[in-house]
Amino acid sequence: MIMSHEPTACRVSRFLAVAVLVAACAPVFAGAAFQQPVQPPPGYERVTGSQEALPAAPFLVAAYAVIWVVLVVYLWSIWRRLRSVQREVDDLKRRLEGGSKP
Amino acid sequence: MSLMTRVSGPFTVALLVLFTVAPVLVALAPPHPGDPGLEQRIFYYHVPSAMMMFLAAFTCGIASAVYLFKNTRAADRLASAAGELTTIFGLIVLVTGPIWARKRWGHWWEWDARLTLSLLLWMIFLAYLLVRRYGGPGSAKLASAVALFGMANVPFVYVSVNIWRTLHPQTSYVPSLPPGNRGVFWFAVVAFLLLYSSLLAARTWLEALRDDLEELHLQIDQGET
Repeated sequence: MIMSHEPTACRVSRFLAVAVLVAACAPVFAGAAFQQPVQPPPGYERVTGSQEALPAAPFLVAAYAVIWVVLVVYLWSIWRRLRSVQREVDDLKRRLEGGSKP
Repeated sequence: MSLMTRVSGPFTVALLVLFTVAPVLVALAPPHPGDPGLEQRIFYYHVPSAMMMFLAAFTCGIASAVYLFKNTRAADRLASAAGELTTIFGLIVLVTGPIWARKRWGHWWEWDARLTLSLLLWMIFLAYLLVRRYGGPGSAKLASAVALFGMANVPFVYVSVNIWRTLHPQTSYVPSLPPGNRGVFWFAVVAFLLLYSSLLAARTWLEALRDDLEELHLQIDQGET
């Protein structure tokens, strides 16, 4: 007995597409975040000299970029696999229906 | 209307809200009093990713146990989906952690207990996926046993920072967050939880479709013979 997943699979594909769009837009919001100056708490003294040679912003941007790239690529891969399997299921169903006709 | 159809709409809205609002909240969060560097903000995505990695590992392990003992096909589908998610969230953890470490510690990697066990956990679930993919007939059962080993590793990863001397911040870091940072952190956790749930549902659905495909192939083969 074969369950019919056809309409649901389409909805899932659409849902994944929207999720990809959301994930792609998020860095725009995050970009504004990186511009925010950090206000140190009272008593905090910034270390000056060679120990602060590495600026923090590129690391923060890199970390967030990695997260979004991994998630977007993974969402895309699920969407691609869903489409491919759905297409194959449809083809086989057509073959079966065609074969059962007299 | 199937469960997947019913949950995909609300999840899309929730993801839209959470993943556009979360980065803004992270940006506006006050600096951590004891940890005011800009790189500390990596924490808001790194730790929820680690939590989802643990959750996915537990889901995979428990579903694998059910599959091993009850031979339920649905449990195997869930285990397969969760196993893949463990490696995805694990990848995020293992990349964002060293980026933070490079700035904070001055080097990318330290072979301490937390980092090494996290890498081991990720490799166990990578092995789980490889066994499933290339193991041939009966590999689902073998992979389930691998998943149980992976799940057993999770508590060790979690307590490793409290048992052994490590450079990695201890588990007390999250409970000791100031109120301004705590809200942002738990918001990010909810966002990741929704993301995890929706990915798990979509990925499990893919496995269900693959089962349908296999059954259709069987029907065609039987029709031809």
